[in-house]
Amino acid sequence: MIVQPVLVVAAALFSLGIYGILVRRNAVMVLLSIELILNSVNINFIMFDTMLADTMMQGQIFTIFIITIAAAEVGIGLAIVLMLFRNRQTANINEFDLMKW
Amino acid sequence: MEIFEIVTYFVLLALLSTAIRVVTTSNVIHAAISLVFTLALTAILFLMLSTEFVALVLVLVYIGAVIVLFLFGIMITRAPLGKNAELDNDKNKKLGAAIAGSIFLLFSYILINGFDGDVTITSGASTELLGEILLSRFVFPFELVSFVLLAALIGGITLARKDEALIDEDQI
Amino acid sequence: MVKTNINLFAEGEVVYTDGGVLAEFAWVLVVLPFIAALIITFVGKSLPLKGAEIALGTIGIIFIYSLALMYIHVTEGVANEFFINVGNIGQFDIEFGWVVDGLSIMMYFVVGLVALLVFIYATNYMEGEIRYTFFFTSLTLFAGSMLVLVSSPTLIQILIGWELVGVCSYLLIGHYWEVKDNSSAAMKAFITNKIADVGLMIGIIILALNTGTMRISEILYQATHDYPAIKNVAFVAGVLLFIGAMGKSAQFPLHVWLPDAMAGPTPVSALMHAATMVTAGVYLLARMFPFYQGIANEALDIVMLFGVITLLTAGLIAIVQDDLKKVLAYSTVSQLGYMVAAIGSGAYTAALFHLWTHAFFKALLFLGAGSVIHAVHSNSMLEMGGLRKVMPKTFSTFIIGTVALAGLPPFAGFFSKDEILASFNHEGETTFFFIAVLGAFITAFYMTRAVCLTFLGEYRGHGHPHESDSMMTTPLVVLAVFAAASGWVNIPGVYTGFTKWVTTRKNPIVEYHPESFDLFALGLGLTAGLLGIGLGYYLYQLQGSAETGDDKIKIEPIWKVLENKYYIDDFYFKFIIDPIKLNMAKAVDAFNTNVIDRFVNGFGQLASFMGAIVYNNIDQNGIDKVLNMSSTGTDSFGGKIKLLQTGRTQQYLMLFLGGVVTISLLILFII
Repeated sequence: MIVQPVLVVAAALFSLGIYGILVRRNAVMVLLSIELILNSVNINFIMFDTMLADTMMQGQIFTIFIITIAAAEVGIGLAIVLMLFRNRQTANINEFDLMKW
Repeated sequence: MEIFEIVTYFVLLALLSTAIRVVTTSNVIHAAISLVFTLALTAILFLMLSTEFVALVLVLVYIGAVIVLFLFGIMITRAPLGKNAELDNDKNKKLGAAIAGSIFLLFSYILINGFDGDVTITSGASTELLGEILLSRFVFPFELVSFVLLAALIGGITLARKDEALIDEDQI
Repeated sequence: MVKTNINLFAEGEVVYTDGGVLAEFAWVLVVLPFIAALIITFVGKSLPLKGAEIALGTIGIIFIYSLALMYIHVTEGVANEFFINVGNIGQFDIEFGWVVDGLSIMMYFVVGLVALLVFIYATNYMEGEIRYTFFFTSLTLFAGSMLVLVSSPTLIQILIGWELVGVCSYLLIGHYWEVKDNSSAAMKAFITNKIADVGLMIGIIILALNTGTMRISEILYQATHDYPAIKNVAFVAGVLLFIGAMGKSAQFPLHVWLPDAMAGPTPVSALMHAATMVTAGVYLLARMFPFYQGIANEALDIVMLFGVITLLTAGLIAIVQDDLKKVLAYSTVSQLGYMVAAIGSGAYTAALFHLWTHAFFKALLFLGAGSVIHAVHSNSMLEMGGLRKVMPKTFSTFIIGTVALAGLPPFAGFFSKDEILASFNHEGETTFFFIAVLGAFITAFYMTRAVCLTFLGEYRGHGHPHESDSMMTTPLVVLAVFAAASGWVNIPGVYTGFTKWVTTRKNPIVEYHPESFDLFALGLGLTAGLLGIGLGYYLYQLQGSAETGDDKIKIEPIWKVLENKYYIDDFYFKFIIDPIKLNMAKAVDAFNTNVIDRFVNGFGQLASFMGAIVYNNIDQNGIDKVLNMSSTGTDSFGGKIKLLQTGRTQQYLMLFLGGVVTISLLILFII
């Protein structure tokens, strides 16, 4: 099983996710990019778990936890976006600049 | 090269392309569906790495629940659908690309320097073992995570509820 | 008590003592008037007599002290001097002090007596006049200054006293300075004296430099003992000192200030311009007499020449005067000419004797004139006349004074004038002798004219004159006694005490002393005097009025010249004063305004210009800009930085991630 390409691809997914956070204008798209990042981290964990042949399978455990937390976070995030949408009738995060100088 | 490797390369390539499509498409629905494909491919990768449980959890939870949630969110926030919707902050593209690129380079450098060679995959009934460890050694985080889920549940409901008084004033 | 047979002169030693305690404390004479003047200035106005009592008290003390000094001098002879060293300039010690010898004691007595009588007179004369207290302050100051002068043992103190009396003269002549003529007269006196003082100062400097000392007795010692240094400069120094004397003693041509000085109150004229201040020049010549007699003998010729010119010209002018005080003023000038001429001919005692007698009868005449003027309220003789009936005391004392001045025996002037004539005769100065005789004739003539116009005939004025107060007539009487008797102290062949008194000095005097009367001189002088009186009486009394008398002798051109005082004043004004006043002063003023003021203003303009440069460039543009820049810079910088706070999460994230990347790169590759 090759190691480095997988890790590299995981890194690429991570950076793509960063790119998506920085660039996307819709709040939901930003959350989507966050999911991408979390997914890349999952790949890394499972890869390390396989590499280390851990008897405790900590990598997999951790991945399960990450997935769970990601789901919880998406729920909350979308609830917040919903509330923002209700107040401003828009999901464009450029509009949410009340912390502006 | 073994067929296994070729398949792995192929999966990785597909993974990259779908992930690229997630962040670059201007169609919101396409972005969500691309993410579905990314997650599916990730599940395949996991299967290849003989971690079936995680793969299945991924498919069930992530694709089954999270993406559906996303689609609901897209629809409720009336994101502009269709291909021509402007979805990117044009100002941020260059800088974002630069930052993302530099992060990628940094990580790849570290990872390549840190890890090398091949690994052998030990296949086995890992699911049983996983369940045992999860509920013996990692039972504490397991319970905590369930609390987190509970909190997220309650919080989500509270946040997204319509602003109505729980009790009418004249009923006090 | 009275020693007359001691051969004291020239060849023998002069016998004297040191004067004891009285001489030691003679500085009181000099210092007391200044203290008194100070006291009068501060408390005078509040006293009952408005300060006059302090002045009278002071001068009384001075008179009594001088009497005491006179007594011990007459009985024992005193010649002493005291010095106080106050510092030095280079090799010269600045010393002040006081001299107690024959010459000084005689001067103390004259100053003390005449000043006392004038002060008493002035208390009444100046009553109700403006600045009464200041008048007495000035009079006391003057008395002090004169005493400083006549008591000085050093040339520097003579100079100080000289200038001080000049200042007091200025103050007193200009007492009624509200009238422009009076202040002009005061200034004329001061400036004329100042011009003469240049000569005095240069003379003093020359003498001091060539003898190495300022002490008069030492200079005279060097002069009489053939020191080579002083021999070279003797003539020049002698002439220069005489120029100084010319100013003070009103010799021709520096006499012009004395007639104008009659603008001052009459007591001032009596004290200063008859008895004391004007005699300072004669005093100086007398003090320096061994110097003149010894090595500066040629200078004495010049002295005599000027003295004779003075006595003749002044006498002639006195004939044409209609102002009573001016007659007396010119008479004073003429008599001063006699004294100076006497010194010039080598007659030390004769000159001093004439000074002595002249002080008394001239002061008497002036005080009498003051009494008349006070009664008639006018100076002009044309408005007087017939006053003998209403002012008998004044009349009689005035007659005594006139006769003394004219030189009739047994009054004082006879003896003193006769001695001068005898000296001229003895020295063989024939021309001057006859001029002096002519002068005696003229003197008698104009004095008789004055008496006739003032006291005889009928009253031509408009007021109601009456005799003056006893405070004014008593001094007249006392002076009349002295005018009569003061000549009896030096009768050649009988009693020559005065000669002994004034020649008792530390430096012996070389001169000729007559053993008996010079009958030729005596006869001519007496005749001249009687002729003068006779002609005057004839012309002015027997002919009726002033104008008819004048008409008889009036030769129009000569009269006009005399009336215009030989045009000397016009000459001075045209050739000296106007060029300075109009041209030089204007030139200096133009130089001052355009050059000096511009130069000074230039500095100010330069400073303000530099200030403007500094302000505009350095302060406004430089420093203020820096300060403003720091604030605006901070402001704009802050303004630019705040744009970072866009409120957009993505941008915050970008910065954050950029920082992360940078730091991790740093840690990985550099650290």
